[in-house]
Order: sequence, then structure tokens, then C-alpha cells
Amino acid sequence: MLRSKQKAAAEAIAANVSALPVDGRSPWRDARERFLRNKAAVVSLVILALITLACIFGPMLLSHSYEDTDWEAMSLAPTMLNGHYFGTDELGRDLLVRCLIGGRISLMVGLLATIASVTIGIVWGATAGFLGGKVDTLMMRIVDMMYAVPYLLIAILMVTLLGREFYLVVLTITVFSWMDMARVVRGQTLSIKSKEYIEAARAIGVSTSSIIFRHVVPNLLGIVVIYTTVTVPGVILTESVLSFLGLGVQEPMTSWGVLIEDGTGVMETTPWILLFPAAMLSITLYCANYIGDGMRDALDPKDR
Amino acid sequence: MSLLQVKNLGVQFQTPDGYVYAVNGVNFELEKGKTLGIVGESGSGKSQSVLAMMGLLAKNGKATGEALYNGQNLLTMSPKQLNGIRGDRVSMIFQDPMTSLNPYLTVERQMTEVLQLHKGMTRREAKKRAIELLEAVRIPEAARRIDMYPHEFSGGMRQRVMIAMALLCEPEVLIADEPTTALDVTVQAQILSLLKDLQRDFGTAIIMITHDLGVVAGLCENVMVMYGGRVMEYGKSDDLFYHPTHPYTIGLLGALPRLDHDGDTLVSIPGNPPNMAHMPKGCPFSERCAHANAHCAEVLPLLEAAGNHSSVLRACHKPVAELQIIKEKAHV
Amino acid sequence: MSERQPILSVRDVKVHFQVKSNNAWPWTPKKTLKAVDGVSFDLYAGETLGVVGESGCGKSTLARAILNLHPAKSGEIVWMGRDLRKGTDKDWLAVRKDIQMIFQDPLASLNPRMNIGQIIGEPLRVHRPELSGAEIDKRVRAMMAKVGLREQMINRYPHEFSGGQCQRIGIARALILEPKLIICDEPVSALDVSIQAQIINLLKDLQREMGLALIFIAHDLAVVKHISDRILVMYLGREMELAEKHALYDAPSHPYTRALLSAIPIPDPKLEKNKQIQILQGDLPSPMNPPSGCVFRTRCPQAQERCGKEDIVLHAVSDKSQSSCLLV
Repeated sequence: MLRSKQKAAAEAIAANVSALPVDGRSPWRDARERFLRNKAAVVSLVILALITLACIFGPMLLSHSYEDTDWEAMSLAPTMLNGHYFGTDELGRDLLVRCLIGGRISLMVGLLATIASVTIGIVWGATAGFLGGKVDTLMMRIVDMMYAVPYLLIAILMVTLLGREFYLVVLTITVFSWMDMARVVRGQTLSIKSKEYIEAARAIGVSTSSIIFRHVVPNLLGIVVIYTTVTVPGVILTESVLSFLGLGVQEPMTSWGVLIEDGTGVMETTPWILLFPAAMLSITLYCANYIGDGMRDALDPKDR
Repeated sequence: MSLLQVKNLGVQFQTPDGYVYAVNGVNFELEKGKTLGIVGESGSGKSQSVLAMMGLLAKNGKATGEALYNGQNLLTMSPKQLNGIRGDRVSMIFQDPMTSLNPYLTVERQMTEVLQLHKGMTRREAKKRAIELLEAVRIPEAARRIDMYPHEFSGGMRQRVMIAMALLCEPEVLIADEPTTALDVTVQAQILSLLKDLQRDFGTAIIMITHDLGVVAGLCENVMVMYGGRVMEYGKSDDLFYHPTHPYTIGLLGALPRLDHDGDTLVSIPGNPPNMAHMPKGCPFSERCAHANAHCAEVLPLLEAAGNHSSVLRACHKPVAELQIIKEKAHV
Repeated sequence: MSERQPILSVRDVKVHFQVKSNNAWPWTPKKTLKAVDGVSFDLYAGETLGVVGESGCGKSTLARAILNLHPAKSGEIVWMGRDLRKGTDKDWLAVRKDIQMIFQDPLASLNPRMNIGQIIGEPLRVHRPELSGAEIDKRVRAMMAKVGLREQMINRYPHEFSGGQCQRIGIARALILEPKLIICDEPVSALDVSIQAQIINLLKDLQREMGLALIFIAHDLAVVKHISDRILVMYLGREMELAEKHALYDAPSHPYTRALLSAIPIPDPKLEKNKQIQILQGDLPSPMNPPSGCVFRTRCPQAQERCGKEDIVLHAVSDKSQSSCLLV
């Protein structure tokens, strides 16, 4: 008797508890929580956000412009006195503003080239993976060929023929950086294609396009996000390399690569001209790498 | 003195969400040449208990208690001492042989290496001994096959190679962690009969870890049933199979699809496997037990003699007589 | 039973795969792997056919051939009087409403990025596009209750469930269209013993309630015993024995069936220690190059010379059992 009462009470409580709606923890939410637990990644994200904001709004707030010469202060060391916080270069241009303007270009190139190369990579890799067979073989051989092309040579050729243009830099970088993504996406597509839930969807009678958009693409996104965060620093670095070699944007416009190139010439006499842009580039690259690591740890399903 | 004596063995894992107690208070003894079956489902802690003894826990795992091999505590040994025992006096076989065979070395190289290391044999002697053992595990054309790579063997053959390797140094204890789970039934029958013969010939004591009560029935003198990291019932296999005294054992026997009686429906155990991160304070099985009451969920039952001139130890608050009713049902 | 019309008739179905051999030139002809090589059976409404065999016997491939996931090379698959192999895509869509499948790995068969409501409701969205979202939601909840899942779980994701619960989700997805046949591909092999019994009992109850026919694939004969009416034993892509349940367990006519039966460990120490196990010698032959005649003869304890020479066909041994063994 007593037991049945207890049981009834327990059931009543259970019924009350179970009447509450239970919200599922989607894999994305799980990943976000894991990412937020990763201190290095979160700190990096904050720093990168600050750098980006500074590059966008900083030049508007500062009194100097990036191209005007301050005749009273040439090759001035960093000082608090007249607003040249990072000093000036040998033409008397404010280094802080030039660093921020250069950051705009570098980050913009990084963003645009990444978006472009990621898009091409996903489309190319997913198509090859889905269709399989001869199409796959042909498409992946093209990727292999792209790897074999010396990109610096092509970049030099393009700049010589078409001149120094911002869009050319983006284009050159894009053309030579989509292949990694294509390979990764293709591999992932192949592995998803053989999963039982795809077979289950086919057995239900789900159409091919629905299988792609409802079952394959959402499961690709994790790896795409991871690889995108890895691509960004690579692309920014490539831009710097191109600029360093004099293939980037035209003076007086500048980028971190150009600034570093300028700085190396005078690093024995006025080292700050090299140090500040180099530091900003390094910090950005470090942050991007930490964020990439954090993303990978957060999204890697093996972790579960 | 027993060959192996485990006292109050516990295993904890440190996870981001706090400690997980995978194994709690496990006690058993293994005599020379005897066989102990450890039976349990996923999350029962059956594998972690032996991995702890062998010093093979994952990095975040920690073992407590004692595991005495010939009086020496395996848990407090230095890695060097442990290596002298592991693979030599106590060896282990796993569910998936490929995880412990190196795919890039021939079977010959892997087997002779062990003998050269532990026994100081020459390569030639070692190879001769290795071939003998492959023959002992009934691998046809052992002398030719010894030069093959692991992937060139079928699943059942690979498991035999593993067993042969485990027996190379004539260990006193062989720990088999679900050695037949990945195999087909006919191959499983081959391996089980092989283990029986080897035990007869070599006198090795065996700890057989499995989820299948059928596997231990023919092989083991003693059986330990685990659930949620604790021992539910432990005793001679005849007593345990014919007079199970724990609701979980009774449920497990009823749930097993079996050929030898013609029940229409299987007696299922309701509920889901235990979640190691959220175990009840009391009996781990209380969440799924038909007999459980509030007391069971709050107070941990101790492992005590079942009485009735039975060898069985059981961890359950309910007297054996009260369980009799469902046991009848299970055996209809 | 014999007067009834079978809902599914499988006649001499063969599924062959072309396999590239190792180290081959791109132009060397590929080898043929005969995964299923001439299997025939009938299935009646509301009946359960157990299909049993060890890995590599083609039982899963046979299931996928029926659903056209691996198209059959030859033979007939007749569903309610229509030969599916001649069907168009549209015919197939109609058939998929009636034949559903449950998979071996409960978690892998559920898309990790979809929640339970979306997974169970997907067949409805494909086959009943006229239903409103609210109606789908209502049916999904009803089905969840039926398979023993709490309705409140509807927004959860597969990784939050245990194996047994995932299999219940798979069953709910298979049942929501109220099909006539469910093909269960080793639905309990990946589950713990105590959960296996739950799933088998659930399938049995649902079968009784909804009048389902089941094809229940398993790798050992103990699992299918409690659920099957008839049992088909396969080995290396061929049929060994097809018999009613009691005929098969009481008097197995094929040596391979006997070996399979004797290999299952019995949880009874005295019986298990004293039973005669028929240990099969050697390994499974390669399906690329199966033995001539009876494919089982290389491991059969009773094999004779004629086993390698004569054509092997499934023939009636009694009115309840058919065997492919020449010696019976």
C-alpha cells in the first residue's frame, strides 16, 4: 500500500517533469560551447576583433592621413608628443595610420580571397565527390595540375601585363588557394556519401537534391568552417609575400606586406618602421591560427 | 595464495564535467589455471577494471585499490617493473586484433621480437617457438604463414595470431577482452574451443571479459556480473546460472535470445544503459530494476553471501525469496 | 498459407559487384564479386522471414537489392504483382512508401544535424507533401509514443540518445508511413543484450498491431528464433536452407545450418560443456572465386565428390522445409 502510494507520487512528479519541453542541444550549440571554453581561441577572437575595428575606424579618428608628409617629423621615433604614436617613415608619413590602412587592405584581401576560394573549393570538391567516377578523376587531376603551377611566376606575369591592381591581388591569391578546400570537401563528401543515414534517406525515397541539401551539406559545414579559419591566415600571408615582392597595391596605398618591405630597407637605422607592421601581421596570424585550432577542436566530431 | 588478487579496485576518469567513477570496489581472486568470466554490458566497467590492472588506462584515468599478482601490487609498480610482467607473465588479447598487431611488420617479426626481448632467445630459436605456437592455435601451414602481414589473415585467423602472441612467454594469466565479439558465431566457436584446449595444455589462468553469458557458461568456473561499474553478483558459474540471485542477472538471462528453450517473448529489462556521469546514489541498477524502491536508489547494497549453501555473493537489498517470482517467469 | 498470394516474391536474384583487383592496369577487366547469387523466396503479408548468415554471405546486399539501393543484376523482385526491376523512378517512389528499412548501426543511420522530429517526419514530407507542418508534428509525436520515446524529446539530436533509443527512432521513421514491409538489417547486433530484447519485443508488438511483414536479418540463429515464422539461411551468396521455424530448429536439414546452430553458446554451463560443437574447418572461401557446385563443400564435414560436380538447387525436403544440400 505504502509502496503504491510512493509510486503514484513518483509518477506524478515524473509526469510533471516530463511535461516540460526538452530543448535539444544541436551539434552547433555544442560546438559553440566547446569553443567558448577554449580560452586561447576566445582571447584571440577578441584581439582579432579589436584589430579589425581599429583598422576600419582608426584612420577616421586620427589626425594624420596615410599619404601626407609631416615635414617636421621625418623618420621620427615613436612618441607621445605630436600624435605619431608609432613614429613616422622616412617620408614623414604617420606609421600608425599607415599600419591601420595597410591592415584594411590586408584583411580585405584575406576576406575576399578566402570567400572566393572557399566558394570555388566547396563547389568543385562537392561536385567531384557527388558525381564520382570519371568526372571526379578529371576534376581532381585539374586540382593536381593547379598545385604544380608556380604561382609566383604567374603572379609576376599578371602584374607585368595588367599592372598593379587590388583586384588582381585578390584574383591571383584566389586562383591558387582553392585547391586545399576542394580536396578536403571532396574527401568529406565521399565519406558522407557512404554513411548509413544517406542510405536511409535513399531508402525512404528522398530525392537526390534533397539528399544533397538536407543531408550532405549540413554535415559538410563543420569541416568547411574549420578549413576556412585555416585558410584566412594563409591568404593574408600570401598577400604579404606578394606585396613584399612588389606585386601588391600601388604606392601611396599600402598593406602590411608593403610596409614590412619598406621597413626591412631601413631596419638598421629606424627599426620601428619594420617592427610595428610586422608585429600587427604576426599577432593577426597567431590569432587566426588559435581561432582555427579552437574551431577544429569544437567541431571535430571525433571529440564526442 | 591466489595468483591474482584484486582488492577494492576503483577507476576514476577526470573529465571536463568532473570525475566519472567507472569502476568501484571490485574484488576477486584468480587461482592458477582457473577461469573467471566478467560479464557486463556497455558502461559496466568490465574492461576498465582489467585495463587498470595492466596499467593501460587512458591518460585521464586513475586506478585505486590493490591488484596483487603473486603478492606484488600491479597498480603501484613502476612502468619498467610492469613491463617485465605485462606481456610476459600476464598478457592480454583484445576485441580487435588489428589494434595490437603492427600492420607494417610480418607476424614473424612481431612474435620473435617478444621472445628476444623477454626470453633472450636468438632470432632462429624464437622463430621456431613462434611457429610451434601458431600450430598450437591451429593455424594451417604455420611455417609459411608466419612470414605474412597481419592484413593477409582473416578475422578469425588474426585473433588466433593474437592468442599465439599472448601465449608466447607462457603467461600465467591471459586476459581476454571480448575476444570473440567481432567474430562470426562459427568462428567464435572455433576460438572458444581453442581457448579451452590451450588452457588444458598450458594451464593458463584466464579472465574472460564478455557481454554474452553464453560465452562464459562453457568456459568459466567463476563468473562476475557487473553493472554501472559495480559487481552485482559473483560466484561459481553453476550456482550463478542455475540459481541467479540478483535481479540484473535474472534479467540478463531472460533477455538473452537462446536456442534451448522456446519462450515466445524475451523478458526485457526496461530503460537505458547507465549514464556514468549521473549514477544513482544507491544501487546502480535501481533505475531499471522491477523490484527497486526508494531505499534501493538511496543506499548502496553491499556484496554479501546469498546464503542457501550457495557460493554466490550478491549486491541487492531484496531477499532472494522475493525475487523468485520473476525468475520463474524468465524460465518458462 | 500456400493459398495466399505472397506480397513479395524474389526469384533468382543476383547482385554482382565489379571489383578492381590490386595492382591491376586500368584496362584489365574487373573481377566479379557475386555477393548474392540466385536467391528466391516468397514473403506473405504479416509474416516474418528471418535471414541468417555470417559476414560476407550477402544477406545485407539482398536487403538492399530489394530496395534497389544496390540494383540486382538479374532475377525478379515482384512486389504486389509488379516486377520492381522493370519499374520507373516514379514506381519506385510509390513502392518506397510500402517498404521501409531499419539499419544496423542505430546512430550512424540518423543524420547528426537533424533533430528527432525532423528525422522521423522526413518520410512524411517526401511522400505526403500535402500534410501541414502541424499535422506532421502530430503524427511524429504519436509515433514516438508508440515506439516508447517521450514526446518531449522531439527537439533533441541523435547524439543525445543511447543506442537502443536511436534504434527506436529508426523504427519510428520506418513506421510513420504505415508500410506493409519492413526490412530490418541486423537491427539489434550493435545493442546491449538487455536492449536487444526490448527492440525485438517492440518490433513484435508493432508487427502484431500494424499487420507488418518483416524481413529480419541477423548473423546468428538465436536472435531470429523469437521473431521469425520462417528462416532463410545463406552462405556465400547462396541459399542453404529455407524452412519454417520449428522445422529448422528441430530438424535442420543442411550441414551448415547444423554448424550454425551448434556454434551458438548456450547460457547453461552443463549443456554448454557437454554439447557437441561442429567446428567448421578453415576460412570462408573468397566470393570472387567460390567453389564449384555446393559453395559450402570446402568446409562441410559430409562433403562428397558429387557435391563439387552437380548443380545445386533448393529443393523441398518436407512440406515445411527446403534445403540445397544434395545429400538430403
